Amino acid sequence: MAAMMQFDLVSPEKLLASFEASQIEVPGAEGDFTAMADHAALVTTMRPGLLKATSASDTAEYVVTGGFVEVSGKAISVLAEIAIPRADITRADVDAMVAAAQEAATNASPEIKDTADKRLADTQILADLLAL
Amino acid sequence: MANLKDLKTRIQSVKNTRKITKAMQMVAAAKLRRAQEAAEAGRPYADRMAEVMRNLAHAAAGADDAPVLLAGNGKDDVHLLIVATSERGLCGGFNSSIVRRARAHAQRLVANGKTVKMLTVGKKGREQLRREYEQDMVAHVDLTEVKRVGYVNAQGIAKDVLARFAAGEFDVATIFFSTFQSVMAQEPTTLQLIPATVEEDPEKEAPFYEFEPDEEEILAELLPAAMTTQIFTALLENGASEQGARMSAMDSATRNAGDMIDRLTIEYNRSRQAAITNELIEIISGAEAL
Repeated sequence: MAAMMQFDLVSPEKLLASFEASQIEVPGAEGDFTAMADHAALVTTMRPGLLKATSASDTAEYVVTGGFVEVSGKAISVLAEIAIPRADITRADVDAMVAAAQEAATNASPEIKDTADKRLADTQILADLLAL
Repeated sequence: MANLKDLKTRIQSVKNTRKITKAMQMVAAAKLRRAQEAAEAGRPYADRMAEVMRNLAHAAAGADDAPVLLAGNGKDDVHLLIVATSERGLCGGFNSSIVRRARAHAQRLVANGKTVKMLTVGKKGREQLRREYEQDMVAHVDLTEVKRVGYVNAQGIAKDVLARFAAGEFDVATIFFSTFQSVMAQEPTTLQLIPATVEEDPEKEAPFYEFEPDEEEILAELLPAAMTTQIFTALLENGASEQGARMSAMDSATRNAGDMIDRLTIEYNRSRQAAITNELIEIISGAEAL
């Protein structure tokens, strides 16, 4: 069996998931990556996308809107601002995300305009991907 | 000696007060449990955020181009005090102890020739501070309509504070709130938000991290998020402290009402007895006179 690593998914309001996972697919800001046990220590930001954690028995998928990921060899902590299990997500949730990104992009100051636009584009791709 | 009817009304009214304080105590107990759960649920995120911050800040603190949120803007003239209190009273010394701490801090700053600005969260603190610092109040956040403090509330406050900081309205931001220790004890706490305070943990060796994108970009996103988290934690701690304080205040109020009823009842019985004795004496002396 593959080596396992501790996977924690937390949002400001609660701990969403905490279990041993064999691999975790993360929508990193600079591209998706998969973390497995003994991954190099890494801190990265996330773009809106799908987070997939595979444990011994099954796979859990979450929709995240951004946040941070801290990977060390033994554990991965995902600090998400909003994280919703894929099965529970509704049309309204997605619409709210798109609206929030849209608003951020419209009101963005010139320095962060690029980031906000990128976030909006990523959110729209995510909305299409979920195809609700 | 007070007349019997007056005493009876008094006893009844104290009994009614006791019913109210007892009910409030029970409501506070139920709310406290919920507030504590919320505070506990928020802890993992706050802890991890603090840890990531620690790792990153360690690397960036020495650099010349360290972000202003971490290193400050080099000045120390205008201080923003964020005073977080409750929206409702009847919670013992909860609000006063936070306000007292904030006021002492403000007086110290003013004595050192600094300018003080205030942002209040919760109307009780605002009411207490308005007398002295009316002209220094820059904003007020009203959470009266908020049943359950959410991350969005903290985000709203953080956004406002960051916008003011970016506009150069202040140099240092400090938040005042109460940390929940137990139902009996709530500790008024001062926490500096800008420049960010990073707890050092010499025991723990920070692993050597790779950063993606680079450190500065992550820090630029992380610092506001970390500040929001600190505000959120403060609000949650405050929520639990408020209910704890109210619970113990209402508990002692209920007990005091009980004591008062006992005292009044004794007085009532004595007066009644005295009245009866009096009447008997009158009857007897009347009979003897015949």
